[in-house]
Order: sequence, then C-alpha cells, then structure tokens
Amino acid sequence: MKILKYFVVLAGLLLVACSKDNYVAPSITLKGRIVYGGEPLNLEYSQVGMQLWEPGWGKLAPIDVTVSQEGTFSSLLFAGKYKLIIPKGQGPFMTKAQQGSSSDTLYVDLKDNQNIDIEVTPYYLVRNAKFANEAGVISSTFDLSKVITDANAKNIERVSLYINKTQFVAGSTNIAATNLSGANVTNLTGIKMSVNVPTINPDQNYVYARVGLKISGVEDMIFSPIQKIQYK
Amino acid sequence: MKKTIYSILLASLGICWSCNDDAFLDRKPTNILTEQQVWSSPDQALSVLGDLYNRYADLGTVKNWTAISDFNEAFWSEAGQYGNFQNTGWDYGAWGAWDYGYIRDLNLFIQKCNNATSLDAASKDRFLAEARFLRASYYFELVKRMGGVPLILEPLTYDFSGDPTYLRNPRAKESEVYDFILKESDDIKDKLPSSTSEKSRATKGAVLAMASRAALYAASIARYGVNTPVVTLPGGEVGIPSTLATGYYNKALGYAQDLISGKAGAYALYNKKPDLSENFASIFYDKANNPEVIFVEDFKLQSGKTHNFTVVNQPRYGAEEEEGGRINPSLNFVQAFEKLDNSFAPLPTTSSNGTPIYYSNVSDIFADRDARLAGTVILPGSKFKGRSVDIWAGFQLADGSIISGTDRGAQKVLPGKTLAEQVVGFDGPIDGFEFTAQTGFYLRKYLDPSVGSGQRGVQSEVWFVRYRFGEVLLNAAEAAFELGQKDLSAQYMNSLRARAGLTKALTGNDINFDRIAHERRVELAFEGHTLYDMKRWRIAHLIQDGNSISPTELNTELDKATKRNTQPYSLWPYRIYAPNTANHDKWIFKVVKLTRVTGADRFLMGNYYSRIGDDIISNNPKIVRNPNQ
Repeated sequence: MKILKYFVVLAGLLLVACSKDNYVAPSITLKGRIVYGGEPLNLEYSQVGMQLWEPGWGKLAPIDVTVSQEGTFSSLLFAGKYKLIIPKGQGPFMTKAQQGSSSDTLYVDLKDNQNIDIEVTPYYLVRNAKFANEAGVISSTFDLSKVITDANAKNIERVSLYINKTQFVAGSTNIAATNLSGANVTNLTGIKMSVNVPTINPDQNYVYARVGLKISGVEDMIFSPIQKIQYK
Repeated sequence: MKKTIYSILLASLGICWSCNDDAFLDRKPTNILTEQQVWSSPDQALSVLGDLYNRYADLGTVKNWTAISDFNEAFWSEAGQYGNFQNTGWDYGAWGAWDYGYIRDLNLFIQKCNNATSLDAASKDRFLAEARFLRASYYFELVKRMGGVPLILEPLTYDFSGDPTYLRNPRAKESEVYDFILKESDDIKDKLPSSTSEKSRATKGAVLAMASRAALYAASIARYGVNTPVVTLPGGEVGIPSTLATGYYNKALGYAQDLISGKAGAYALYNKKPDLSENFASIFYDKANNPEVIFVEDFKLQSGKTHNFTVVNQPRYGAEEEEGGRINPSLNFVQAFEKLDNSFAPLPTTSSNGTPIYYSNVSDIFADRDARLAGTVILPGSKFKGRSVDIWAGFQLADGSIISGTDRGAQKVLPGKTLAEQVVGFDGPIDGFEFTAQTGFYLRKYLDPSVGSGQRGVQSEVWFVRYRFGEVLLNAAEAAFELGQKDLSAQYMNSLRARAGLTKALTGNDINFDRIAHERRVELAFEGHTLYDMKRWRIAHLIQDGNSISPTELNTELDKATKRNTQPYSLWPYRIYAPNTANHDKWIFKVVKLTRVTGADRFLMGNYYSRIGDDIISNNPKIVRNPNQ
C-alpha cells in the first residue's frame, strides 16, 4: 500500500515536471495575401517563398513562409517584432517600397492574430480566363495584360494550359499541357488554347484547369484562377 | 585503534610522495606522435599527408552511388530512393560544402612542413607541392559548389581576447578563387614528378588536368553567365565578367595541350582491347599500366579501403549477394548515344505507321551504336562476369495481351501449354521491384569483373578516376571551339570518337556547342561531371525545367544540349508468343514510364550555387548569401 502511495506521488511529480519543462507553442497567426490592386495573385504551389526574420536572438536564421496557389500565406508564430522580406528573384512580380521607406522590407509588430496584404506589381496578369469542355477537349479563352511597361518590362516566354487530376495545377503537376511560345502571342486579348484530356486511371469525370504564363528571365509563373471542369 | 590506522595510512602516503620523481611522472605518450616525431622523417610526414589525401572531396564517386547517377541519367532501383523521382527538384542546400577544418589542416601542414628542419629538401618540396595541390583542389570544389569563398591561406589563430571578429573574412570573387587555383598550379606543376605510373598521388599530369578543367569552368561561367543575369552577385562572389572568357579559354587550351603533348609524361588514350566496348569499360578497372588515367582515388582489397559499388550495382541475377542493380540508366541517356554514322536517332521500337518492329535477338535494337553505349550500360542480351543478364518484361501474345509476373523469374502457364514456365526475366524489369533493371538497363561503368567483388565481405578495389586523358582532350576541344579554332577542336574530338568506333571523322564545320556538350555527356557519363557541366553552361534550369516529358517528346531533339531531362524513361523488351506465326519468339520493345516516376525535376535559379548555412552567416556576417535563395 505504501509503495502504491509513493508511486502515485512520484507519478504526480513527473507530470508536474513535464508541464513545467515544456515551452509554450507558438499561438499567433500571421496570415495574408500577395495582392495587386486588392486581388490576390495566382502562383505555383510552394514555389514562391518569403522569409521572416526576428532580430535580437543571437544567431540569425529566417523562418520560411511559402505562398499557396491562391496567393495566400499563413504562419504560426510567437509575439514579436518581425521583418518580412521577399528574397530577390522570388515571384513573378516586383516588390514595392513598404511603409513609406525606400526598402521593400515589411516590419510586422506581431501582438495578436494579424492579416496583411502585401502589395506587389506583377509583370503580367492572366485575366478573364474562361474554360469550356467539348467532348474531352478542354479549351480556354483568356486575356493577358502587361502590367509593367517601363524599363523593367519583360517578354512572354510561353503560355501554357495545364490540366490535372487534383487541384494542384502547374508545370510540375499536370496530366496534360499545351504550350504556346511567346513569339506566337501577337495579340494579348482573346487568346485561345485547348488540351485533350488523357485517360485518367482511376477514372474521374472532372479535371482542374488553369492557364500559366512564363515570363522570360523570371523563374516563377503567374496563373489564372483554378477551375474545376466536368468533362463527361 | 582508528587513530593508529589513520596515522599509518598518512605515513604511507608520505612515503609514496617521496618516491616520485620527474622521470617517473613525465612519460612520453604512447598513443600519439608528437610534432617533433612527425616531422623527423619523410615516412611519418607522408602518413599525415595520406590523411589529407583521404579527405579529398568528390561529389559523385564510387563511394556515393546516388550522387554519381543523379539528374535522371538513371532511375534508382531501390525502394528508399523512389521519392527522388516523385519530388520536384533539389534543396538549395544540396551539394553544399564548407569544410574549413580541412583547409586549416592543409594550411597547418604547409606551415609546419616549411619549418621542418630534419626533412631532406626533395621530400619537403614534394610534400609541400602535394599539400598545395590538395588545397587548390578543395578550393576548386568549393568554388564549383558555393561560388567565391573566403580564401584562407594561413592557419588562423585566435588570441583569446574575447573578440574573434578579426577572424572574419569576406567571400572572394568567384574569379579570384579560380585565379588562385591557376596560380598555384603554375607554381607547383614543376615541383611534382612527371610520372604516368603514379596515379593516387599528385603528379604534374594531375596538376595540368586540374588547371585545364578549372580554367575551362571559369571561362564558360564568364561566357554563358550572361544567359542567366539573375545568377550573379554585385560583389562578384558569383559570376565572372564576360570579358575574361577568352583569357580563361586560352589557359584551358594551353594546360590541356601541355598534357596532350607529353610534357607531363606519356599519357594516351587507353586502347588495349580489340572489343571497343570492353576497351571503354576497362579504362575504369584495368589498373596495370593504364596510360589514360591521370589521378585517382585508389582502393585495395584486404586493406580496409575498399568500396561496395559493385555490390550495390551488380546485375541481380546470379549476383554474389542478394542485392544489386540499383543504378538503372534511363532510356533518355541510352538514346543519347549516336549511331556509327554520326547521326542521332531514337531506338526504333515502332515503324512509321505505329506497328511494332520485331527483332530476332534482344540486342539487335542496339546495333550500330557508339561503342561507349555498351561500355557504359549493361544492355539486355549482354554479359557480366560471363553470365548473360536476364532482362525481359514478359510475353506478348498474338492478340496483343501481355503475360508477365510480379516476381523475378515468375512462372505461368502459357495458352496451349500445360506446364508453367518463366514469363519474366530474373533481372526484371518489374515495375516497382527494387534491385531489378526497372528501366531495362544496368550500369556497367566501374563494375568490377573480378570474382568476389560483389560480396559484402570482399568488395572491390576498382579505383575512382578523378582525371583522365579523355577528359583533357574534351577540355581542349571545348576551349578550341570557343576560341574559334574549330578544326583543332574537331581533331581532338575525333581522336576520342575513333576509340568509340565512330569511324566517320567530324570536320570543323560539324563542331558546335551542342556537339561538345553531347560528347561530354556520353564520354564522361556517371563520372561526376553532369552537375558542374550543366551549371557552368547555365543550362541546368532548361534541362531540368520541371515539366514532365511525353513519350513523343522523348524521341525529339536528341542532339540538343538543352533537351529536357526531367524524368527517366524505360525500355522494356517483350518476347512474342505466337506459335506457327512468323514473329514467334521475336522481340519487341515498349517505352515505359515507371509508375514510381511521378515528379518532374526542376532546377531552380537558387540551385546554381548551394546555400551557405545560416549558422555560417551568423558567425560571420561578412559572408553574403547566394542569389535567389
């Protein structure tokens, strides 16, 4: 009996010790979107990365934040003063000076859950993308608009129409694609492309489609919103 | 009583004390050598140097079978590796290196060797030159992977003042590191022996080969860096100005020509065997008077230094262990080999109207190809260690249906028969079955034909070739082409191609960038060049562009250096089972994409130079980050 008592006390001590030892988990959410004119940009999944830096902790290392297909991001953090940066060469856009300074670093004073929209200027946008299905051929009509037209303007390398089984649709994740090289894009409005749906195994009666634009000299593509299409 | 005991003990302690003297306590250590002992004889110093040789860094080597066969030149037939064909690329930190501990040891060796008084002058000069060669080699390795790095040429000493910031050094320019390598090469090349029999220690030949490769890398970064303006840093830590290209190309050609003309000994192409494919494979395992090999990492049986490359890559059927077959060269790579008339063509599986082509022998489809194909790859129908490999995917019946099995050498009853018989090869290919030839091919390069090499307890002593004469010829050919000397370039290319059985000589007009890149791809395959060649020509992001490959695209543009190579394809042989028809027992081939291959590799701009760790940058804020990461 005594042994049992001791055992209970000992077990109690262990429990207490456990809860005292552990750190609290991060609990504050920093959410946001990459936007142009209030509209989020459509990007490739997990390809555009941002970095959060929190100075003052001795050795510095960034917290990576990746941006979703719909241009949103979210990160679970501790309260603190962070610097949010988009590293050079990331994203199909140019960053803007933030908070009245000449730098594009965004200072985030995180005390509570926070939502921020980061305004950037994309080189191009894919607009008015409409998708249609005709006997297993997905066709799309869309416009391109060139947003940056000054000295920083870039050419179109190619336009691609992608379809996939799942809602992750991009160059690396697709079941079929057609490409239109930039040299063949003469008119930026009313561009038409189509792609055949291949046999899908196991069978399903829908695909996800979107149009992507590759800008020459820029690594990441910009896309139209994703659309689910019933094709049979 | 107690008191007495204590006083006796105390007294005995006192006696012990008085016994000690300096000679008893001051013992020489028996488990380490003192500095004085190390530098007292050349043999001792050489063993220190031996350790430094052992720490030479290679990315792809026979000790690392995945690093040597990456970039979809092969599929990895091991269950734990399939993920590499389902992801979409490489981490920014991939291929990183930052071993300044090694550099410190090299610098210490150089410093102490310089100060040594009891070494004879000849040994001392040679040791110093060897250590400088190793140091230049490691800086070459660093600059290839990381771009410009801090050039530390003296052992740094901390003064314990509490402030180590004076030990922080910024990154040198990429061109400065290459210049350092070339300058060191010029200084040490005549202090080392010109001996073709010395392969595992530094020789004049090794220095010239390294210098020609380094100058060529610097030159191509200068010339082709303009194609990727984002892969540069404003301080020059990454990127070399294009104005320096011609100078580096001239140097690369000069060093290569010094070696080719015999200034470092009588190096030549290996040409001992009449069978050209066997001859090509022998370069890598014939260790007796091999005139082609310049500098190697050597191995020796029963010495503790052996490697298991043959164990993990031997053909699975009849292997000496229950494993093997890991590297499966891809169809993409196999099709890159030219036909003997210098033309590029896919392996003919179907005729123009789409019907399959029937072959009498399984090896007929590979007829009239560059001899290096069969020298690099174990093809269906060929032999290893005297045993034919058993690579075939199943029977195809007259109605087009397939009978195959899911185990090596599985048996089934064919229609019209009563007894079960083998319906798939003992070497596969079976989709998703590890250690079988899932692409239809095994790797031949470096496989050791001696008995026991496939046993875990014996392993192999085949050396890993770091520099060889064939590569120096290709360096010369590339430099000559870039300098506009196309005829000279063709001459170097032809000497190499003649050995591969390509009898029709190229003329100067045939030489272009794609030709040069292609020749390096097939000659130097699986030798650790793929990554660095793609990087320095700035075409890695075009070859590995993240888009999947369609079967029709696979057969197009075979001669283009920038041909997409994001997924490995397979070529599966099937036997026809249609008794009493003309095609009975003949072979057809099918192009297959394995179900395990779902991702398409993408080489990001941030992959061109590996990430420098945050810990390194925290310790030394003078280090700038690599671009696009």
